[in-house]
Amino acid sequence: MKAPLQSRLVALSLLALALFSPPLLLLFDRPAAWGFSSLPVSIYLIWALVILLAALTLERPDAD
Amino acid sequence: MPEVLVVDDEPNILLSLEFLMQQAGYKVVTAPDAEQAAVLIAGHCPDLVLLDISLPGMSGFDLLEQLRQQPDTQKLPVIMLTAHGREVEKEKGLALGANDYITKPFSTRDLVSRVDALLNTPT
Amino acid sequence: MQTNWVVLIIAFSYLALLFVIAAWGDRRAEQGRSLVNSPTIYALSIAVYCTAWTFYGSVGRAATTGLSFLLIYLGPTLAMLCGWLVLRKMVRIARSQRITSIADFISARYGKSSGLGMLVALIAVVAIMPYIALQLKAITVSYGVLTEYPNLSPPDLSLSDFWNDKAFWVALVLAVFIILFGTRHLDASERHEGMVTAIAFESLVKLFAFIAVGVFTCFVLYPSPATLLSQAGALLPEMERHFGLDQIPGGPLGWFGTLVLAALAFITLPRQFQVLVVENVNEQHLRRACWLFPLYLLLINLFVIPIALAGLLGLPGTGEPDSFVLTLPLAAGLEALPLLVFIGGLSAATSMMIVETIALSTMVSNQLVMPLLLRWRRLHLEESHDLSGWLLGIRRIAIIAILILGYLYHALIGEAYSLVTIGLVSFAAAAQFAPALLLGLYWRGASRNGAAAGLVAGILVWAWTLLIPGFALSGWMQTDFIERGPMGLEWLKPYALFGLEGWDIYTHALFWSMLANLGLLIGVSLFSRQSHMEQTQAALFTNALKPEAEMAAIWQGHASRYELFRLVQRYLGKAATQRLLGPAPTGDQIDSAATPAMLAAAEQGLTGALGSATARILINSVVRGEALDMASILSILDTTSQTLEYNRRLEQKSDELARIGTELKGANDRLRELDRLKDEFLAMVSHELRTPLTSIRAFAEILNDSEDMAPEQRQHFLTIIVRESERLSRLIEEILDMARLESGRMTLSPQRCDLSQLGHQAVEAVTQLFEQRQVQLDVELPDTPCPVIADPDRLQQVLINLLDNASKFADPETPQVLLRLQQHKHKFSVSVEDNGPGIDEAEREKVFEKFHQIEHQQQGQQVAAQRPKGTGLGLPISRGIINQLGGRLWVAEPEVLGGACLRLSLPQALEEDQEVSS
Repeated sequence: MKAPLQSRLVALSLLALALFSPPLLLLFDRPAAWGFSSLPVSIYLIWALVILLAALTLERPDAD
Repeated sequence: MPEVLVVDDEPNILLSLEFLMQQAGYKVVTAPDAEQAAVLIAGHCPDLVLLDISLPGMSGFDLLEQLRQQPDTQKLPVIMLTAHGREVEKEKGLALGANDYITKPFSTRDLVSRVDALLNTPT
Repeated sequence: MQTNWVVLIIAFSYLALLFVIAAWGDRRAEQGRSLVNSPTIYALSIAVYCTAWTFYGSVGRAATTGLSFLLIYLGPTLAMLCGWLVLRKMVRIARSQRITSIADFISARYGKSSGLGMLVALIAVVAIMPYIALQLKAITVSYGVLTEYPNLSPPDLSLSDFWNDKAFWVALVLAVFIILFGTRHLDASERHEGMVTAIAFESLVKLFAFIAVGVFTCFVLYPSPATLLSQAGALLPEMERHFGLDQIPGGPLGWFGTLVLAALAFITLPRQFQVLVVENVNEQHLRRACWLFPLYLLLINLFVIPIALAGLLGLPGTGEPDSFVLTLPLAAGLEALPLLVFIGGLSAATSMMIVETIALSTMVSNQLVMPLLLRWRRLHLEESHDLSGWLLGIRRIAIIAILILGYLYHALIGEAYSLVTIGLVSFAAAAQFAPALLLGLYWRGASRNGAAAGLVAGILVWAWTLLIPGFALSGWMQTDFIERGPMGLEWLKPYALFGLEGWDIYTHALFWSMLANLGLLIGVSLFSRQSHMEQTQAALFTNALKPEAEMAAIWQGHASRYELFRLVQRYLGKAATQRLLGPAPTGDQIDSAATPAMLAAAEQGLTGALGSATARILINSVVRGEALDMASILSILDTTSQTLEYNRRLEQKSDELARIGTELKGANDRLRELDRLKDEFLAMVSHELRTPLTSIRAFAEILNDSEDMAPEQRQHFLTIIVRESERLSRLIEEILDMARLESGRMTLSPQRCDLSQLGHQAVEAVTQLFEQRQVQLDVELPDTPCPVIADPDRLQQVLINLLDNASKFADPETPQVLLRLQQHKHKFSVSVEDNGPGIDEAEREKVFEKFHQIEHQQQGQQVAAQRPKGTGLGLPISRGIINQLGGRLWVAEPEVLGGACLRLSLPQALEEDQEVSS
């Protein structure tokens, strides 16, 4: 394998695409305690998680 | 009485060889170098030559080669004497037609017996 | 509420601050301490993505259509996640090809087609102009809100009093700024460091301003976010439907469509391409930007929903949703925060306008105007040597034109669209570049015709499905074609093409335009032939990240077998060429085509020797056999010069190796020579030792064997034995001396002594010998002391040896020897001269060789043969001793007697040496 970094990034991009796309997002689209959908909160959390994963992947000192 | 020609540039060695040959009952002529030796051989027709290799000017090898080329000295017995103990020189001398080869310093008895052997004289 | 003047002063002071920052950035760049050489600055400059549309429009969108605003930022997040793979490739290509804009990039990818570049530039100008107008509108509106609040009359947008419109003046100031920092100089990379610094600063300002409003909303206006949410849940109508996917226009499909649209537009918007690719100074910066920029997006969107909710709760005092960011703090009666928000919005708008205008003006000048001017013969531009002046002038005019057009657009039709609408229409247009751009990066087969067809079709579909209906809805034309289709053709209804209904207009437009665009790009590419230039560029682009890639598939072209042979042979030599390609072509084979396998083999061989890039270009040169353009030639020259440099180094190395080889050979020869000399020396030593030994043994045996010898004779023989024994011991002594000298172990005890006195002593020692040999000895020694530092015993040994030698070689009839001591300045020299035959010039150094005498005699010098023999070690030992005493011993020109003259010289001992030695 030329670069594990590239494979990881491809995997992360696909994961993010899947998480940001309707079929999975519909799972979070249900009313929450405060009266409207919990979707915004889920998206922000997923977003933060994806950024964290990207940062961990890209800033690894041993990455290519 | 057979005559022996002794050729050596070292006077003391020449002296010792002359004495040894006389004592062994030969007539002796001496030469300090190859050129004089050649003249003596032509004049005296010696029966044997004791020939040093390292001589000033013409070397013992040169003289031997010359002797072997001339018909009347072709069969003349020659014993090479040398202070160089190297095998190559011995081989070279024998190849050029020397009858024997003696390394200096030599044993006097051995020398005399080899001369005797060549001159077919029982000791 | 603020007075007009305060707001104006603050706004223009902010712009002035931008000038200062940009000037500082440029200054630092000139000094070589670049500010933009930092991944963080790079990531912040990418945040130019967040325009006034983000700053004001996100809240507006959140208030009306829920979460759809987030898609505009989730898309770029996705794009940045692949940034390390995709953007890095673009950055690398842009650097090697010196790309200046996205139009340049696409044009370069497709064989440097100027037509394609023009097309892209035209589309970009048409598509982005509304976007620039949008920024101006945001400035006008926000200024109006700030100064007129709470009177929220819609701002007056008409051309009649443009000098009262602040947006006009902002546009003017920006034009000056952009001309100053965007067109100061033309460097090959088209980088603008000062501008990037200012943009990064603006990104910080807008983020700070927006978060400030968010914090105010969540923690000041409402005690906590939870309170805000529960109030919103309780008070706002139909809240349970809010922020779900259903609220998104087009539902889940619309969500996905907009996500893809944003991801594509993020890369293809001219300003994004500018900051992402053109302004990138180091591709490693992407590493951090790929997560830092999404984090920036997350932060700037964190408070959008709370602000939207608070705005909705605050109605009607908060006015239009697009202005909530501003009206919320205004409604709360704050003074400073609205100003900060205004500045934030201003920074968002100006940063976008600056970068976009630079990108567009570059495209307009490089892709549109210059090619046309160069074709216009009457200007004789092609004869002009310096076009940079022209280029800068055109670019400056373009900047002003773009901003004025933007302003006109804003003034004339700006009212018709809400902020978000204009933005997405531009996005959809920019996205049309994506197929040609992205597919071109990975599919070598994508051709210029395909790209052009795709672009034209895509942009036509875009115009029909988005732009024209948009104009119509603005009241500029009849709208019945939207409802019933043009001329009653239902299937051409712009929002329901071919009867595809129920989709949101953007997904609908994206779907059809992309279908047409991609379909034609792929279809036409598959059925059209690429020019050679296109093939070259396609190969360079698609393989930008993998220089070692296997390239066998590309060589489908026609190459003569002979030329291929000649090429490979030129670089690899005959033997290697035959190994690679088989026997050289002969006869009619010469003109036959090389097989793909041969081409692949040739390339592999060349790659091994010259590197893949060069090999590819070289093979190209025979496969294509046609003239390449300037850039390709330059890149060939580049790699060739690298190769030449490499070859030169190789040559140096091999020269060095050859030199080392010669040296080694020399050393080996010397060693052999030394070995030979050692053998010779040993043979000579053995010969020399054997000679006296022979006499001793012979006489000893004679004495032993003959008892009846005369006493005198016995005595004579004994004397000989004794003398030869002495000779033997002397010889052994000398050999040991020689060995000591050569190994450096000869120990001398130097002390101050009188050379004259030593001379006298030596003469005394040899007097008897000379008398025996009847040699006349003349001595010239001074009466004054001649102080030298020497070992007296050894020095005397040398003198005696010289005298002894001289006596041996003097004329045999009237032998004469002269010993002379002279002073020359600070040296004393002792000469020993004889009247013998002398020494030939050529022999003068040889006499100092060990056992020289023997060879000498063997060479047949009759005279020498008569002489008493030495060992042949006397002179070498003498020289060794004198050298070790710091003097010299050599054969000099005879001065008096005309024979051999040996002379030694020693330095005079200094006065203070007396004390040292005493």
